[in-house]
Amino acid sequence: MAYNKRLDGRKTKELREMEARSGVIPNADGSAYFRVGNTVVYVAVYGPRPAPRFLANPTKGILRFHYNMMPFSGYGSRIRPGHKRRSQEIGKVMTGALEPVVDLSKYPNTIVDVFVELPQTDAGTRCAAISASSIALADAGIPMTDMVASVAVGQVDGTVVADLTYNEEAYDAIVSDIPVAVIHGSKEISLLQMDGEIKKEDLITALDMAVEVTEEIHCLQVEALTKRFMVQ
Amino acid sequence: MIRNIQTVKDLAKQGKRLDSRSFSEYRSPVTIETSVSQTAEGSAKVQIGDTIVMAGVKLSLEKPYNDTPNEGGIMINVELLPLSSPDYDPGPPGIKAVELARVTDRSIREAKAIDFKKLCIRKGELAWFISVDILTINDAGNLFDAICLASLVALNETRLRPFDEATGVVDYKGTTDTKLPILKQPLSVTVYKINGALMVDPSRDEEEAFDSRLTVAADEDGIISALQKGGSAPLSVNEVSEMVDLALTKIGELRVIMEKK
Repeated sequence: MAYNKRLDGRKTKELREMEARSGVIPNADGSAYFRVGNTVVYVAVYGPRPAPRFLANPTKGILRFHYNMMPFSGYGSRIRPGHKRRSQEIGKVMTGALEPVVDLSKYPNTIVDVFVELPQTDAGTRCAAISASSIALADAGIPMTDMVASVAVGQVDGTVVADLTYNEEAYDAIVSDIPVAVIHGSKEISLLQMDGEIKKEDLITALDMAVEVTEEIHCLQVEALTKRFMVQ
Repeated sequence: MIRNIQTVKDLAKQGKRLDSRSFSEYRSPVTIETSVSQTAEGSAKVQIGDTIVMAGVKLSLEKPYNDTPNEGGIMINVELLPLSSPDYDPGPPGIKAVELARVTDRSIREAKAIDFKKLCIRKGELAWFISVDILTINDAGNLFDAICLASLVALNETRLRPFDEATGVVDYKGTTDTKLPILKQPLSVTVYKINGALMVDPSRDEEEAFDSRLTVAADEDGIISALQKGGSAPLSVNEVSEMVDLALTKIGELRVIMEKK
């Protein structure tokens, strides 16, 4: 049976309903709220601030991401707080996703900390977090050469789709889940991971789809920032 | 971070506050939002001025403790997220988070706010256990009161999940209309003493400038269920009396806001 109709009725390229705001955390130097379907993320940026001595780089500032799911944010029992290998890895790949557009060369010996917190999740958390972080970093006035938008694409039982939900990831067939981050101007990919199985041709189709649909996320990011900074 | 500690102390002596509020005045508005996490069994977001906290309840079915075989239980955990303030670093909860969680726990437990016996499904074998996690989104002062309010609202919003009575497996995707057996509605207000003046709802500057503080939790009948004194300056009995009076008045006002929601 081919996957002709998506579980929530969306078209193959259709993203879930999204919402974005910037400047939601007054204490932070920059912040953002981002929702895609039932995945919600808050991001706060602190810095550039003095880096801990063992990390400090005398040639440029450091960008560091901390990813965390709130204890009640999963479909299932409580998630115990604390260090997790999954969170550590996501923090690392998020740094890679945003580093190409962030220029901290004028801030040696400093660190920019980006904190990501998810109160509720329904797949695509690292993608939502990257899209939100790009807004929050811009909100913080961190020198950036471009914006980054991110979405998961993948194949569910033979059909290439964008923005998979948890139920699609868990679909009882061959599924691939490919989080992709796209730099807006150059259309280059700054994050690429995959769970599952896919043929090379389908992978390229999926990546082309990611580049196409992230445009919609980019527009929302720009809107969230203009709303905050536009003087009437 | 530069704090206006001396200014806050000097102003307190003149009967004034940095943000021109009166001593007994809360920041406004106090807002309460519910269902802020679809994955939680109950959730709430409370905002007092610029202070924002989020509380979420998760339920699980577990074996009761040996000394209370016919009761469920509750656990309260506070996380001071580094997202919410430059003062907080990643890592396990420090003493500030532990104190906040324990005082909130006592305000609920000692008020006998939850009928733990009703949470028991099979004596000695199966009972509901409640986990309340409160996380700070923006700390602009007065976390004690915000956290207690958010916890209570989240508990009031909680609905049980369907479960298999034979196996004790919870269906976390299902929903029911069954609320928690909540008997009392304890809320807390913390009164700060700064340079002789007594005030509520402190800003972060005022929290740093304090001599002592007293957190008072009370239910709808004014019965006190938790007290916690903090700070190095001692208090006279008269001062305690005055602080409790002020706290009880403000608890009444918070209750009106909570019930309106």
